Amino acid sequence: MPKYGMVIDLNKCTSCQACVTACKVENNVQIVSEDDAQHGRAMFWMKMLTMEFDGDYPNIKPKTLPRNCMQCDEPSCIKVCPVRATYIREDGIVAQIYPQCIGCRYCMANCPYTVKVFNWDRQAQPKEVEKTYNPDVSVRPKGIVEKCTFCVHRLQDASEKAKAEHRELEPGDYVPACVEACPVDAITFGDLDDKKSDVSVASRDYRAFGLLEELGTVPKVRYLNAIE
Amino acid sequence: MSYVDLHDEDETLFRPIYETSKSFYIAVVVLTGVFLFGLGCYIHQLLYGLGATGMDEPVSWAFYIVDFVFFIGISHAGTLISAILRLSKAEWRRPITRMAEVITGIVLAIGGLHPVIDLGRPDRILHLFERGRLQSPLLWDLTSVTAYFTASTIYLYIPMIPDIALLRDRGGKLQNLYKILAWGYKGTPKQKHALEKAINILMVMVIPIAISVHTIIAWIFGMTLQPGWHSTIFGPYFVVGAIYSGIAALVIVMIAFRKLYHFEDYLKEIHFQYLGTLLLVVSLLWTYFTFAEYLTTFYGHEPAEMRVFDYKFIGAYWPYFWLMVLVNFVMPVIILSNKKTKTIKGILVASIGVVIGMWLERLIIIIPTLANPRLPYPTGMYTPSITELGIAAAATSAFILGFMGFSKIFPLISIWETKEGRESSVHEVSMRLREYLPGHPEEAKVEASVKAEL
Ligand code: SF4
Ligand code: SF4
Repeated sequence: MPKYGMVIDLNKCTSCQACVTACKVENNVQIVSEDDAQHGRAMFWMKMLTMEFDGDYPNIKPKTLPRNCMQCDEPSCIKVCPVRATYIREDGIVAQIYPQCIGCRYCMANCPYTVKVFNWDRQAQPKEVEKTYNPDVSVRPKGIVEKCTFCVHRLQDASEKAKAEHRELEPGDYVPACVEACPVDAITFGDLDDKKSDVSVASRDYRAFGLLEELGTVPKVRYLNAIE
Repeated sequence: MSYVDLHDEDETLFRPIYETSKSFYIAVVVLTGVFLFGLGCYIHQLLYGLGATGMDEPVSWAFYIVDFVFFIGISHAGTLISAILRLSKAEWRRPITRMAEVITGIVLAIGGLHPVIDLGRPDRILHLFERGRLQSPLLWDLTSVTAYFTASTIYLYIPMIPDIALLRDRGGKLQNLYKILAWGYKGTPKQKHALEKAINILMVMVIPIAISVHTIIAWIFGMTLQPGWHSTIFGPYFVVGAIYSGIAALVIVMIAFRKLYHFEDYLKEIHFQYLGTLLLVVSLLWTYFTFAEYLTTFYGHEPAEMRVFDYKFIGAYWPYFWLMVLVNFVMPVIILSNKKTKTIKGILVASIGVVIGMWLERLIIIIPTLANPRLPYPTGMYTPSITELGIAAAATSAFILGFMGFSKIFPLISIWETKEGRESSVHEVSMRLREYLPGHPEEAKVEASVKAEL
């Protein structure tokens, strides 16, 4: 069984936010009203975080970091869920079962990365958006929690295709939308357990680190530090 | 035969059941209005979703959870305190226990509903039973609150049976209800014995259940990894806080209904003096826990913890934090340790302060942690919406209404226990007292001396 993981190279990342947009479109993530967005209810599975500012105004240089769900191997979120609406799969993906979630938001309160987003309400989406909905991903109703799933529907697609073609799943067959969209190839994705895979090699790079690793969540999304 | 012909010594205690003043009706109308408003707010929330609240990211738990912890805390007034007083054979408990137990029952029902109000999908509540995961502290909580509710309702009901029998024998309104609830109680020695045994078993059982309830509520927070929550002290800290707010609420209710129903002869200054002392002791205990908790955080100086700490002490929440210190520590200690100010009025002021302070404490524990996530997210200031305020007001008026309603059906002060106190415990206590002293007391002698004294 593979163990899917991701490495994001902060040296390459230009903060263009292509991944942020690609993710939002791919996963039919709700676009909220301006009011709600002002209120801190904007919904993103992939988010550009400003970690710190270097220098003084006006010559500031923000240090940013694209942040999705860390797909922890020891996830705090699933421990507390009262109904198993979030669980970890054998391949390491932390998934969400939408029809099961009761919206208690305990998992949100316990994710150290504050990754999960809640559907505070369900608003009418712009016509253009509705036309381009991804048919592979369900549209979530109000009152439940959601988060990045490593585009698990793409994995399903790819395995079915491989099966139909009577072959094993190959490394490049399955990649999440953010990886595909990144114009500078800053994101590597694949099987962490395969010691020869790009992602596994990158995850052991001397620049590699995990966000808040010290908490023991064992994030499977790792970063390569930016070095001048 | 109507009740007026019965000249009971304790007629005052029966009166509220049969006589209702005009101001009572006015209060009912006003409170029902508030309650209906809150109900409207909830329906709005059901239709519109939790977007109707002021919650956002990262403050994804707010008013409802604060109220939940607060109300369940108040519920410790009752059963726990009354069980401890009964167990320690404190004679002054007699007019107090019933009210304490009623508070528990009502407040527990209201508090227990709050997590449901807070759910994004209340229609899926049954999932908790169908596929609940026992590893989640929320399930522990569900279990312990249900257990506490069951135990405390029984614990309220059983000691009420002789009183219900008294009401049944008087005739008059609600005959059928009393007949069923009295369970054929006639006060025979055998029945009395069984009753006492049941009370004894229940009171021992109820104490650990009560403690577990608030410990587990604390663990909902304590079990997470979040700064400001992840603390081993939380269980006992919450229990002490719960007892603290519970006693304060009990004092307020007692003073209000003493005035309303003219119970001055039953709830005397001395009862409030004792409760005041109890309040003072718990106040110091609470302060000790608070101090220990924050000093440890401060001394450790972990960055994530310190962000939450600063948010409370000097950041956006400083007014709430220091107000809490004022009304939970400074005020009660000054008022209650001073003979001049430790009057019924003074104790009332201190208790109102404590109830407000304990609500603030819950607020201060829950929101600053959520508002200061470990990663640098922009965070706004949480402000509750009308919906949340409306529901909180409705919950409070539901409590008062429930209490008022109860007082129209059952006596608020245990009549048989008062009678029993008058008839037999003077002798019993003197006997007990003499037993503490060297030598062997002889029953006949003690009785004679008690009679002489009286
Ligand atoms: S980052 Fe948060 S939501 Fe994602 S797996 Fe870890 S704990 Fe769960
Ligand atoms: S919000 Fe949903 S997924 Fe999260 S803990 Fe509650 S039931 Fe589980």
